Amino acid sequence: MSIRPRSSPVRVAEIVPVTPFVKRFRLAATDASPLPRYSGGAHIVVEMRDGGVVRRNPYSLTSSPLHDGDYEISVQRAEVSRGGSVFMHDRVRVGDTLAVSAPVNLFMLDWRARKHVLVAGGIGITPFLAQMAQLSAEGRPFELHYCIRSPERGAYREALERCFPGHVRFYCASKGERLDVTQLVASQPLGTHLYVCGPTPLIDATLEAARAAGWPGHNLHAEHFAAPPSGTPFDVYLQRAGLRVYVGEHESLLEAIEAAGVEVPYLCRGGACGQCETAVLGCDGRLQHHDHWLTTADRAAGRKIMPCVSRFDGRELVLDL
Amino acid sequence: MELAFNEETFRDDFTFRNSPHAIRRFPFPFHEDRYMYAVNIEPHVPGPKGSVYEFPIDVDEHYVSEMRDRALVLREDPLRCQALPHMMTAQWDLLELLMTAMARDYPEHFALTRDGDRWHWINRPLGLDQRFVFGDALTLPCEPMEYVTRQSQGDFALLDHRDGNLWMDAGMITTQADWSLDFDIGMNFFEWHGPVPLAHEMGVFERALKYLLELRVGSPVRRLNWTMTVNPRLDTSPERYPSWGPDRLSLTPDNIGRKLHLRVELQSFWRLPRSNAIVFPIRCYLISLEDLVTVPKWGRRLPRVLRSLPQQLVDYKGLTRYRDMALEWLARYDDGAATSPGGAPD
Ligand code: FES
Repeated sequence: MSIRPRSSPVRVAEIVPVTPFVKRFRLAATDASPLPRYSGGAHIVVEMRDGGVVRRNPYSLTSSPLHDGDYEISVQRAEVSRGGSVFMHDRVRVGDTLAVSAPVNLFMLDWRARKHVLVAGGIGITPFLAQMAQLSAEGRPFELHYCIRSPERGAYREALERCFPGHVRFYCASKGERLDVTQLVASQPLGTHLYVCGPTPLIDATLEAARAAGWPGHNLHAEHFAAPPSGTPFDVYLQRAGLRVYVGEHESLLEAIEAAGVEVPYLCRGGACGQCETAVLGCDGRLQHHDHWLTTADRAAGRKIMPCVSRFDGRELVLDL
Repeated sequence: MELAFNEETFRDDFTFRNSPHAIRRFPFPFHEDRYMYAVNIEPHVPGPKGSVYEFPIDVDEHYVSEMRDRALVLREDPLRCQALPHMMTAQWDLLELLMTAMARDYPEHFALTRDGDRWHWINRPLGLDQRFVFGDALTLPCEPMEYVTRQSQGDFALLDHRDGNLWMDAGMITTQADWSLDFDIGMNFFEWHGPVPLAHEMGVFERALKYLLELRVGSPVRRLNWTMTVNPRLDTSPERYPSWGPDRLSLTPDNIGRKLHLRVELQSFWRLPRSNAIVFPIRCYLISLEDLVTVPKWGRRLPRVLRSLPQQLVDYKGLTRYRDMALEWLARYDDGAATSPGGAPD
């Protein structure tokens, strides 16, 4: 009884370099039927056909949720790419057709919040662009704290300053500027919700500081930008399908399973939503968990794996698929 | 089919009637001759022309009178319509969904013109002409959910999606089968399902919740639920029990065909775009036994299904007192012939 993510074709209408490392893509419907609307924080999964390989990468929608029309995503060229972001940067041209899933929001604003504090690190700015458009249109109190490595890496910096004056602060590491998360969480009014998106160390530090300051867990929200890591190739046996599948160095376990024609439900493809959880029936070796979903107890038990990001090292892995 | 609106009541003298067309399009919920428990959720996709599934939001011959009945309920009990303050974005999402669908699918009755945020809505059956600014609740006579659901058949629950759960944080509930918005408001998915005796195992609800949390904009789903009601009464709420509870004592073998109604709820679930909330419309269709047996297949099938109901379910649906009387009345319409699969008339 799972809802299959439907994908619909879109035409690449525009590609704009935002920084030397980030490009913005505008995606338009290919026919008269409008693209489904979404809320700030939602993402789509973009499907790319790279020769015989199908790549599926999640990207936050950065266009304003308030207006009908095209989708915009911002893609950072990964330094060690498994192919998706490099394909988007180097191979995709205006006029090309890609397929995208319907939007899903796993990083929702809590509408009860008296105030929204947004903490972004690097390309983690993307979900906040759509959220801020919505927050500011509805006149809700918010502030953005945006950490960047160097000035040329501050995607959308000028636009943010222009559109949301007084709501944004920048912290540029190369200039020695640092966000003091302890101080940030100490000075917020009751009923504030905190949202953080960016590299894992930033997320961990922010959440830890908030918990230490006594914030209730329900007021804390994080979105991890975990791209599936590469690793040593391995084999997996899919028990129900009766298939042995080879997982290459630069593909994820989920991608390899899909390429073999077996469908696994997914939403985030980043180890966060829990959708792809799969039972491990046999494991002679070590599971390499890279997700943010399984509990420590789950990991210790070794009976579950999140194939969108996690891998395996050893002799034999058998999955309930 | 030209849509003409009935002049009828759902209380006091109960002049509610189904036309022959309304009878044939009734969403008969039994697909086989036995009762089978099934979660039976399916995509809410357009169905055959003329059926209740032809359009995503069905408007039928009872529209004007149902809206009048809703206004009466609200006048006596304004708490049937409530919204917690954080649901305002969801309210606008709902208004957009309903107005857009009704204007697109019933252009002879409804019109919507949008010029940026400036909207113009015309509802001809109810004689309304409203200009307003989308997103500015002060430009409407009441809040957006109340405004649009006073003009849309069926109950509406607005569910906020947060912390991996759904919260009943707003709703317009005037035609419910025995549950109370005032009691359930603010509850989460598990709390408001508390009193269901069958299918109570946690696992069923956990799976249903997981499924609903996955809903996407533009891909609504639906299911049918059913019960029986004495008299064509829309408002069978716990608050009004004193006025409808005794109805069941009025049934006799002579009047049961006219008075007892199969009550089918078309429940659908839609992801709303900008709030990420879920709206759960519950649309009620009523048909008397007399009208129902004019479709021979249904006359054969209904007694077979009623006979196969587990006692626990008979009690839960409140049929205990009159099931046998109904079976006796229906018996003469079941000649034992085989029925075709599916719920539609032959
Ligand atoms: S798809 Fe979300 S955790 Fe794997």
